[in-house]
Amino acid sequence: MTQNVQTMTHPAVVCRRLTKDFGAGENQVRVLRGVDLDVAFGEMTLLVGPSGCGKTTLLSVVAGLLNATSGAVMVLGEDASRMSGTEAVQFRRRNIGFVFQQYNLLPALTVAENAAVPLLAAGIPKKRAVAAASDLLSQLGLGERLHALPSQLSGGQQQRVALARALVHEPRLVVCDEPTSALDHETGNAVMELLTNVAVRSDRAVVVVTHDSRVFQFADRIAHMDDGRIVETQQEGRSQEPEVRMKAAAAQPSFAGVNQ
Amino acid sequence: MNFVAVQMLIGDRAKYLGLIFAVAFSTFLMSHQSTIFAGIMDRTTSQIKDVQDANIWVMDQKTQYFDEVKALTDDDVYRVRSVPGVEWAVPLFKGLPRAKAFDGNFRVVIMMGVDDASLVGAPRDMVLGSPEDLRKPDSVLVDRVGYEFFFPQQPYVLGKTLELNDRRVTIQGIFNSSAPFQNLPIFYARYSNAMTYVGRERNLLSFVLAKAQPGLSDDELCRRIDAATGLHAATGKQFGWQTIRYYIAHTGIPVNFGITIAIALVVGTIVAGQTFYIFTLENLKQFGALKAIGVTNWRITGMILLQALMVGLIGYSIGIAMTAAFFEITKGNLDLRGFVLFWQIAAGTGAVVLFIVMAASLMSIRRVLVLEPAVVFRG
Ligand SMILES: Nc1ncnc2c1ncn2[C@@H]1O[C@H](COP(=O)(O)OP(=O)(O)OP(=O)(O)O)[C@@H](O)[C@H]1O
Ligand SMILES: [Mg+2]
Repeated sequence: MTQNVQTMTHPAVVCRRLTKDFGAGENQVRVLRGVDLDVAFGEMTLLVGPSGCGKTTLLSVVAGLLNATSGAVMVLGEDASRMSGTEAVQFRRRNIGFVFQQYNLLPALTVAENAAVPLLAAGIPKKRAVAAASDLLSQLGLGERLHALPSQLSGGQQQRVALARALVHEPRLVVCDEPTSALDHETGNAVMELLTNVAVRSDRAVVVVTHDSRVFQFADRIAHMDDGRIVETQQEGRSQEPEVRMKAAAAQPSFAGVNQ
Repeated sequence: MNFVAVQMLIGDRAKYLGLIFAVAFSTFLMSHQSTIFAGIMDRTTSQIKDVQDANIWVMDQKTQYFDEVKALTDDDVYRVRSVPGVEWAVPLFKGLPRAKAFDGNFRVVIMMGVDDASLVGAPRDMVLGSPEDLRKPDSVLVDRVGYEFFFPQQPYVLGKTLELNDRRVTIQGIFNSSAPFQNLPIFYARYSNAMTYVGRERNLLSFVLAKAQPGLSDDELCRRIDAATGLHAATGKQFGWQTIRYYIAHTGIPVNFGITIAIALVVGTIVAGQTFYIFTLENLKQFGALKAIGVTNWRITGMILLQALMVGLIGYSIGIAMTAAFFEITKGNLDLRGFVLFWQIAAGTGAVVLFIVMAASLMSIRRVLVLEPAVVFRG
């Protein structure tokens, strides 16, 4: 629990005057134009805004996939702009869970094996990794489909597998890019519900990029983005019962403990 | 992650089989053609190897290979015998007369004439009869190819007759020979008879076969014979290589086989390399996800190498097994006998296949390493 004490002293993500350029010379474009953003632990933060405004780019910088051009990015207390390539890889492996719009599951692996990939990447033996992933998948309602291939699942089920993969190694930051936009409304809601119930914990922050106004109800905080900047941040009602969520978080089983 | 790599590879069944097939096919083609080439080259030395009684061949300086001989004089036998260290030396004749069966069937044959007294050089691997039967009047020994040509579908029996240069000869023995280069029947007769069966040529001594006294090395005796007689002496092994070198340098055989082998190599590299590269490209998104999740470039390199090695190993095993099976099946066939898959060819083909899959995987690895993990967020 030392980690939690430490995490509580600073926000999960802090961006200050963050900029990101793509290309060089004539073709250079500034996609992020001075982003200021705080993401708190124990919350689900939605990042919304018109297409092309830079949401995915911002998410990539925050998740350690892209380097910022200028400005400051502190992620989980570490300076993400100063990380070398290898450090960034290690940082992502330990601390970040990813959920993609297109699920990006490996078609040749079973559901349980897919969810176990982050543990395998951390060098945990296959048997242990798959067992931990299976436990989590059961919690997400996929206990019956552990040995199925992704192609045999519906979109909602695949996104639940992706969710398990994003959580199995107990990351402290989970980033999701349009997790519901390939799903119908009901399925999307179910995924978002799981995300809020299972992913959000006092020692973890969840950032979700979305177009979909119907998922706003799940947010603790909504950051509106336009033209490479955060233009407005709203706090939503959900974050008003934090004790309830803290309790739920404390009751979470430890899946594999790669972070310890 | 090794398990993930293997799953990725075999999960895409069609491409996996295509890759294995490409490697197996080029392995088969390369090893098969190399084996036939080596076998053909080996065949040029068959009659040299079949002489088991003597290790030293003495010939005219101008004789470059077994199949084209500048004749020696009868004196040369005595000159070789007089070289210190020679245990014994005997004449050996080789000619190409035409043999005729009484039903009119005829064919050019290789006629070997061995020393009347000692019969040195006579075949040892008899199917029927004995080399000693050469001492009978007008006796010849015939190899199985010859017998089956002149008496097709007939059981092996002795006493059948043929005509050589208008002289009637009696088959007193049938033997197994190593397949000759031209795949002609092989006959053996006594030296004195062999000359009359060939006719025409006047000077008929082809080689002198010699043996070193105990304690004297063959190489040393060859040097002594060279110096004392001005002829060329070589061990059977050296003469064999001399013959092979002649064929390599003076015939189109190596070029033809070289082209086939090169085509197998190029096609194998292109097909296997291309398929593997496409396989990786199609999995680029999966590799991108793995990179985002935090799999290091080293790990990914290892995964791709593992996939390539697996394809190489399985494809190679299938290909080389096909080659081995081919020559195992054809080994009983008289025309194809004597071709064996040398371990050197198997090893060499293995090295080439390893090179092919490594080259293919290097291109793929490059593509994956330069891949930005951020692409995983793009549709
Ligand atoms: N690697 C890149 N090279 C050049 N331009 C890029 C690159 N990535 C993104 N861009 C540009 O940056 C801008 C913002 O892209 P981004 O994907 O961050 O937008 P977004 O807000 O996620 O949009 P959407 O809602 O459509 O997903 C776009 O104009 C895009 O073309
Ligand atoms: Mg986007």
